[in-house]
Formats: sequence, C-alpha cells, structure tokens
Amino acid sequence: MMSLAILTLSILPLLNTDATYRDPNQFGLAIATEVDRRSHGFGDLTADLTMILRNSRGQESRRRMRIQTLEVPDDGDRSLCVFIEPADIKDTALLTHTHRKTEDDQWLYLPALKRIKRISAANKSSSFVGSEFSYEDIAGQQLEKYTYRFLGQEVLDGNDCYVIERVPLDKRNSGYSRQKAWIDRSEYRIWKVEYFDRRGALLKTLCMRGYRLYNQRFWRPQIMEMVNHQTGKSTVLIWSEYRFGLGLKEDDLSTNALLRIK
Amino acid sequence: MTRHLSSKALIPKSQLARRGGLFVIVLSLAIAGRLTGWELSGYIAGEGRLFMQDPLYDGQDRHNASMAVQPQIYHRFSDSSSLTFTGFARADSADPHRTHLDLRELNYLYRQDEFEMRLGICKVFWGVTEFVHLVDIVNQTDLVEDIDGEEKLGQPMIQFTLPARWGRVDLIWMPYFRQRTFPGRSGRLRPALYVDPDVVIYESPEGRNRWDFVARYSRSLGSCDIGLYVFNGTDRQPLLFPTTNRNGQAVLGSFYQEITQLGLDAQYSSGNWLWKIEAIYKDGYFEGHSAATGGLEYTCVNLAGTRADLGLIVEYAYDELGDRTQTPYNHDLMFGLRFSPNDAASTYLLAGLIQDVKDTSRILIVEASRRLGSHWRMSLELWAFLDTDPGDSLYGLRNDDFARLEIAYCF
Repeated sequence: MMSLAILTLSILPLLNTDATYRDPNQFGLAIATEVDRRSHGFGDLTADLTMILRNSRGQESRRRMRIQTLEVPDDGDRSLCVFIEPADIKDTALLTHTHRKTEDDQWLYLPALKRIKRISAANKSSSFVGSEFSYEDIAGQQLEKYTYRFLGQEVLDGNDCYVIERVPLDKRNSGYSRQKAWIDRSEYRIWKVEYFDRRGALLKTLCMRGYRLYNQRFWRPQIMEMVNHQTGKSTVLIWSEYRFGLGLKEDDLSTNALLRIK
Repeated sequence: MTRHLSSKALIPKSQLARRGGLFVIVLSLAIAGRLTGWELSGYIAGEGRLFMQDPLYDGQDRHNASMAVQPQIYHRFSDSSSLTFTGFARADSADPHRTHLDLRELNYLYRQDEFEMRLGICKVFWGVTEFVHLVDIVNQTDLVEDIDGEEKLGQPMIQFTLPARWGRVDLIWMPYFRQRTFPGRSGRLRPALYVDPDVVIYESPEGRNRWDFVARYSRSLGSCDIGLYVFNGTDRQPLLFPTTNRNGQAVLGSFYQEITQLGLDAQYSSGNWLWKIEAIYKDGYFEGHSAATGGLEYTCVNLAGTRADLGLIVEYAYDELGDRTQTPYNHDLMFGLRFSPNDAASTYLLAGLIQDVKDTSRILIVEASRRLGSHWRMSLELWAFLDTDPGDSLYGLRNDDFARLEIAYCF
C-alpha cells in the first residue's frame, strides 16, 4: 500500500493538469521525469544487441554486441558494450560513465594491444560504429541534460501519446537543435523520436516496436529503428536476452573489467 | 667497480620445433571447435612487403611474402575463473628470423571481489601516447613482426591485482626473460650489422632466469587517468654492440642491463582535447637518466558536416641521453592525423610524421585499413625514412622505405 501511495503521489503533478497545463515547460519536464522514473530503478541489466546497418541501396552489414548497464545512485549510468561481431573487432569494448552534472567519461578497449584508451567526451554527435545512432542516442539520456516543453497530445498507432520537445543543454557538442518525442499516456513508453539537426531540419526518426514488460515493472522495446532522412540510411537494433537485477557491481563496469574481457 | 657479466647462448629454434608448434596450434583449433563453451576466434593473414630501394646489405631482397595465424581460445569456467590461449605463428619467404612462433597468452584468471590473479603467459600494456611507448615495460617487443614496436611477445608471470575503490594495484612477478626479436641477416629493416640472437650478455648472473618485479598503482579520477610504477629487473631494451659471432661473422650482440625504473603515465580529457604524458627514470649498469614523451590530441567530430571524425595529434619525445641513446626517438617531434569516416566498413587512415629536431632525419608513416564483407580486413602500411642523418640510429634503414599490404580472414 505504501508503494502504491508513493506512485500515486509522484504521478499526481501530471494528473493535476490545470496548473501544469498552463505551463508547457513544467508539464514537459513532469512527463520526462516520469519517463525517467519508470525506466530507472532497475539496478543493473544485461542484454544482447544485434545492429543491422542499411545503406540507401539496401546493402546490409551486421554487428553483435553484449550490453551491461549499472545505475549509480546520485550519478549517471555506467554501461559496457562488448563487440561479438564482426570478427575483426571481437572483444573491442566501449565503457561509458555518464554523469548527471559533469562531462561523461569514455574508454575504448583494444583487445589486440590490451590497451585502454580514454576517448574524448566530445564525440556525442559522432556516429556509433558507423550506424545511424550517435553516441548521445545510445548513451541513455540524462534527465538533467535537456530542457523540456509539452507540445500537445496525439494518437500514434492507436496509442494516446503526449508529444514533448527536449532541447539539449550542451549546445556545443550535441548534434541536435531539438528532439520531439511521442510518449504513451498509460505507461510512459517512448514510441517515436524525431531528431532535428543544428540548422533545425528533420534529420532522423527513431521508432520503437515490440515493447515487453520485464520483472513486472520495466518496459523495454525489442526493436528500435533509426532512419536518416538526409542520407536514406537506416539502422535497426534488435534487443534480446534482457536480464534485470543480476547484481552487477561498480567494478564490473570499470576499466578493470575491460582488462578481464580476455 | 666491475660488474659481473654472464653470457648465455641460445639454442637456435630448429625447423622441427616450428613445425611441431604449428601442429599443436592446428590440433588445438580442431579440439576447440568441437568443445562447447570454448570460444574460438582469431585470424589468418597473408602479407606482402615491397621495398622501394635496392637493399644496402648482402642477402637482402626487394620484397617478401608471408603468412601469419593467430588463433585464440577462451573458456569461462565460472564467473570467477577463465582460461585464455593465444598462439601466433608466421612463415616468411625472405627472413628465417621472421619465421617464428610465439605463445602470446596462455593464462588462467581467478577473480574474487577483493582481488584478481592471472597466472601463466600474459600480455600487459601500459601507456597513453600514440607514437612512442615509453612506460610499457612488461612484455618484450616482437620487433621482427613490425617496426612500430606494438607487437609483443608473451611474458610468463603471476599477476596479482587489487581492484580497490581508491585505485588499482598490480603486483607482477616475472620469472623468465624474453629476448627482443630482430630481423635476421637476410631481413630488411635492420642496421648494417644484423643482430645475432645467439650473442647475448646479461648483466644478471641468473641470465634470463632472473626474477623481475613490478608494482603499479593506477586510478581514474574524474577526467584524469594516472598510473605510477616501479620496476626492478632486466631492461627490455638491449644495448647493441658490434662483435663477431662463433662463425667469425661481424654481427651485433645484445647486452641486457639490470635496471630499476620508475614510470608515470597520465592523461586528461576536456571537451575535444586529450592531454597525455609518459615519463620514466631508469637507473642500471649505465648512467641513470630520464625520458619523457607527451602531447595532445584534438578531435574534430562530424568534419565539415559529414559524419567523419578527424583527430590531430602532436607529441614530443625527449631522452636525457640525447644522441648517446640507442632509441631513435630522443628529441623528436611527431605529428599525426587520424581520419575515420565512420562508415560500415570501419575504414580508418592514420598518417604520421616523426621529425628529429636536432638533425634532418624524419619518418613518414601511413596506415589504412578497412573491412571487406564481414570476415575480411585489408590493411596497407607505408613507411619512408627521409633525409636520414648518418649520426641517427635510423641511418641503417635509409634504403628501407616500404609498402606492406595485409589481407586477413577473421573468425
């Protein structure tokens, strides 16, 4: 009963619309806060990810990787991505420590040399392994790193959705001037995001499909598809083997862990 | 004061041992392929090198072809233990010394929350800079493989690690020393006299069986990574001296001194900038001296509106011994360009220029690589030794500009 009470209280600002509706910024932030609250609190998770890159002529190439994520209380997430395919980059790994307030830290592990290389944190807008996803798209959006605005409500594929806009605070390094997100009203899942480039033109659209509920609490999509409207290229992410709460520790997502990959 | 010098001759690797080793690799591949829970990966590569000028020394060729294989087998027994094997073999058409076999890794990792232990033949890399790897000391350089010095021989050791919140401590005991590999008499990229692996002098009376130790502390603090170590053991870098071998040929012998070395590496990241420094202080049979290398790297992301990244690197290498050192990088300035278009084939291009600031010698390096399909990778490398000064340690390589093409199948 206690937890239900807390839940009700935290959604209360959203339902108490009269005041918040009048201030789209406050309402936008309230929605984003609820999305953040619902998708977090999992502790840690592991998943397998297959990435299919398609160019404008329809030629495909594949990457496979294993992802581990750990929530760090009062800071950002730690995530480790270890490549399985293609074979020439097997065991290459990317470790990211996102921070709520300061610059993120990122290290690349090169297994052939057993070398850990710190990489510049300014690569946010750069493509992640040749895909249509940039580092900032995959590195989990920190609530504090955007400002928000409520734009309205729309029905998207039969779902009643809030439409909000988020504007990155880090104008220097982000590749976007703004993003527009469709979030369903019942479970606060993101179904679609439109990304606008620095000049304000529509650059990419991300669509989520096949949401499944894990541990009776966490919704995760099975498929994410990013289409680049300016190049005609697209990337599909296929998620599988989601596992929550395995008890990962900070050391499992540290530079020490990189040296243990092999 | 005189120091005791002991000489130990090496038993030359016989052709038979090489074939036997290759057989073991093939056999282990076959076995690993059939066992479940054992991961097999690696590559097999064909390589061709073409030298631009006529050779300076007798017996050398204009080109060579070779094949290399590097299989890796990995098995996880549980969350707390695993086994890694990495073998390496190369067969070269021109240089019998480049035809070689090495156990890069064969180690068992045991892990608890409070400590880790790795036992066997391992590879450990320390360092942050791009051109000169000054602090990297654990593994011997497999110089016959590649003159950039990044290929390493497997090192027998017991490594004990404490991964604490306040930093990481590594304690490594190394009971056996590996000699540096060098091109043979018929190989290119060598000084006027070739290095005879059978003419070796160790300062330590125990020779290659001397116990080497290193203790290192490392930590990430915000945007900064630092590492500090103290090493006591046989220096990985030999002093080469002209002599004659058993057959009366004029060759270079290797003298390996015992040293105590302090090493520091640090890097700091801020926005598009990375700052790096490596420094050592080495004291041994020869005078104690320090050396340092460091610089910065600036990354331009999404170059000119494209998705390409361009990295600009400037580094400087300094050695207190100046021209009395045998390392070619004693007062050299290095410029590098790293270009990656971020395409599906993971193409990259690296161009570097190393300029000696006290004489005219410079080296131009271009490396490029891209994936073909999902299993193949093609790499091209170009090295040019330009205006080499007769006083520079690279003088012997003045006619050895070369192009190297490698096509690898990765599995």
